[in-house]
Amino acid sequence: MNGLQSRLMLLALQNAPLILFALLIIVFGLMSDRFLTPINFVNIVNQASHIAIIAIGMTFVLLIAGIDLSVGANMYLSAVILGVFFAGMPPLVAFPLVIALGLAFGAVNALVITQLRVAAFITTLSTLFIGRGIALYFSGNKMVPFSKSVLAFGRTAYLGVPSAIWVFAAVLIVALILLKMTAFGRQVYAIGADPDAAAKAGINVKRVVFAVYCICGVCAAVGGLVSGSQVAVASSTFGFQKEFPVIAAAVLGGTSLFGGRGGVLGTVFGAVLIQTVENGLVMTNANPYIYPLVISVIIFIAVFTDSSRTTVLERLERRKIRIEPD
Amino acid sequence: MTVPLAARMPSAGRALLEVEGLCKSFFGVEVLHKAGFSLQAGRVLGLVGENGSGKSTTMNIIGGVHQMDAGHIQFDGADYKPKGPRDAARHGIAFIHQELNLFRNLSIAENLFITEFPKLVPGLPFIDRAAARKRAAELLAAVDLDLSPTTLVNKLSQGERQLVEIAKALGAKAKVIIFDEPTTSLTTRETDRLFDIINRLRLQGIAIIYISHILADVMRLCDDIVVLRDGHVVGSALKSEMTIERMISLMVGRNIDQLFPPRDRIAAKGAPLLEVSGITQRGTVKDISFSLMAGEVLGVSGLMGAGRSELARILFGIDPFSAGMIKVAGKELAAPTPTVCMDLGMAFLTEDRRTEGLMMEAPIDNNIALSSLQNYAGGRAGMIDRPRLDTDVKKMSTSVQISAKDIARTLVKNLSGGNQQKAVIGKWLLREPKVFILDEPTRGIDVGAKNEVYKIINSLAAGGAGILMISSEIEELVGMCDRIMVMAHGEIRATFERGGFDREEILKAAMWDGIRSASK
Repeated sequence: MNGLQSRLMLLALQNAPLILFALLIIVFGLMSDRFLTPINFVNIVNQASHIAIIAIGMTFVLLIAGIDLSVGANMYLSAVILGVFFAGMPPLVAFPLVIALGLAFGAVNALVITQLRVAAFITTLSTLFIGRGIALYFSGNKMVPFSKSVLAFGRTAYLGVPSAIWVFAAVLIVALILLKMTAFGRQVYAIGADPDAAAKAGINVKRVVFAVYCICGVCAAVGGLVSGSQVAVASSTFGFQKEFPVIAAAVLGGTSLFGGRGGVLGTVFGAVLIQTVENGLVMTNANPYIYPLVISVIIFIAVFTDSSRTTVLERLERRKIRIEPD
Repeated sequence: MTVPLAARMPSAGRALLEVEGLCKSFFGVEVLHKAGFSLQAGRVLGLVGENGSGKSTTMNIIGGVHQMDAGHIQFDGADYKPKGPRDAARHGIAFIHQELNLFRNLSIAENLFITEFPKLVPGLPFIDRAAARKRAAELLAAVDLDLSPTTLVNKLSQGERQLVEIAKALGAKAKVIIFDEPTTSLTTRETDRLFDIINRLRLQGIAIIYISHILADVMRLCDDIVVLRDGHVVGSALKSEMTIERMISLMVGRNIDQLFPPRDRIAAKGAPLLEVSGITQRGTVKDISFSLMAGEVLGVSGLMGAGRSELARILFGIDPFSAGMIKVAGKELAAPTPTVCMDLGMAFLTEDRRTEGLMMEAPIDNNIALSSLQNYAGGRAGMIDRPRLDTDVKKMSTSVQISAKDIARTLVKNLSGGNQQKAVIGKWLLREPKVFILDEPTRGIDVGAKNEVYKIINSLAAGGAGILMISSEIEELVGMCDRIMVMAHGEIRATFERGGFDREEILKAAMWDGIRSASK
């Protein structure tokens, strides 16, 4: 394959999610006349909010070539604590407390990973089970209902835009500023590219890694709050296996699992894409049992695109010795 | 020769960096013993020594990577004991490592300021991008690099990346810049450019420590030369008092009268083992033809990027070729893959032994056994015949002279470059191949180990094997080969027979394109 073909292929691979998105919109649009409406679009973004928020945190982790499997558990724990212990508090007090709890959850992951040097995969796999275990214990194996004020927050809309989307926009802006405009953000990319070189360059790698897992923890808790305010009760499957759509959203949005490449804007796009699929399936009255199948195909496409992109990039970067006309 | 430099150079003024009695041990093994030297502002100090002589440890202590056990460093008139790389950088010591510390996914400007970004508002974490770009442009101009600061490092050549590292050191207001083997992956032209810049830094009063195995470069560039052996400073002198021969004899502690061991060349010229005709692959090599005879060492010379390693990969079936034919022992290789090539008795020592030749985290014996496992799988139920394998692996490691306490325990990553290379050679020898492709077999290994590798190559040739030896050191090819092919631009430009070797002509053939374009 010559250079031009490789470049075209790379262009296609880099924009694969966009192409997929366009195709899906056309297909669902043709199959259902309710799909292509402004209300439905707000609906999709509203439903995608909690995944997008958590995936933004996950993006930080993936950028340093890490992984956090415990986000779903963190989300569940936050929701249960909110419902069981903070039920009487006004949201302005309860929410910051829950977010602090999510930060603590992330800090535990960070501590084990940076100080005890346990692999992130294993660490967060264990905290996934520990977190769910603790939450289940507090919930007394029952559904945990949220207080009226929490649900009111979930139903409120400002300027016609649901509160979940406002929260999501705020998280996105903070993340964008952090990644693009601060030294910390650039150091996240540096560590993802080469942690040894980062240490030699004088970057405090442990501190950055620590902060990254804390950020992911905070995002998971915020995602839990947003999702909780939308669904009224936290059942025992609340947040269950959320790590999959979350990671898929980030990867679909162009963030590499190998670190150093990607960003939060792409992640948001990935989250919306996944929600669009679910929404489209509902709108077209598809059999609910095929939802997981379709979602898993999308996730496979995301991961496959990521690795093909890496291969093509490697081929393009290989040094040319003879420059020959095409 | 052991008189301290400062004592003999009163004119040079007070030392900028004075190192005294530096000691360091790792796991009870002393790697530095009372090492000391002094460095003046505006001078280049060459630090030479075999691998494991303590050069890197010395520099790692000065650069803040390791802490000293005993000793004293005086820097710029004050005691100096860096707590870490960042602390060293803050003091004004920049360390340019052999593997460059740049982030390929970031821009030049971001790389330059990754720890010290200019801020929009002091005290707040927000980056002032415009200021970063402007300062980066100034620093790039100082190293003659005509590139936009927003260029991704990914797009730069190795030589350009090196200059970015220097710009970074300048940006950190470094008073001392340490270079560790800066030229190993540079082309001749890039090396010249680097030396120009280093000379300019010297005129600006920056002190340079230059570590290299390429002694001719050290002679060309340095003002003072310090030789280390086994953690001791065994010689320090002005360049004018030093010669390459003297450096070598100080480094090895004995006179190497014959770095290249003699070989009985009458045995050469047997049947052709490897016949290559018209091998072509778009963008890499064009019309490559040659034959490698039994008992012959055939050298491949050329500059970096001439297509030598790419040719080797094609011959070993790793990369495809679009036209031409490869014959091994008279049989045509229709669809070569590494497995097919290995079965036909070929062996390939890659240029980069760390990532392509060895399992760094595994012990020596596992590495040596790796490629031959199927030959020992004839035990009960096809299981590996462990006792026979262990015996043969042990024999092999003795015969290639790997120095390690326990080949079943010592991890390859803890070996010196020379011993690692011997482990790779041992791995292939266990398969008893007939055709060897050696890509830079002595890169980054010290003089003593080089000599041992040469002996192994000679004994292989004497035993009737054919050896294709790729090397960037013309000296080495002239010393070892029966014939030398010179590649440039993916083609064979010239072939020289032993007796007709002429270093100048070989280099001219390698630089053919550069000379042609210069004469236009």
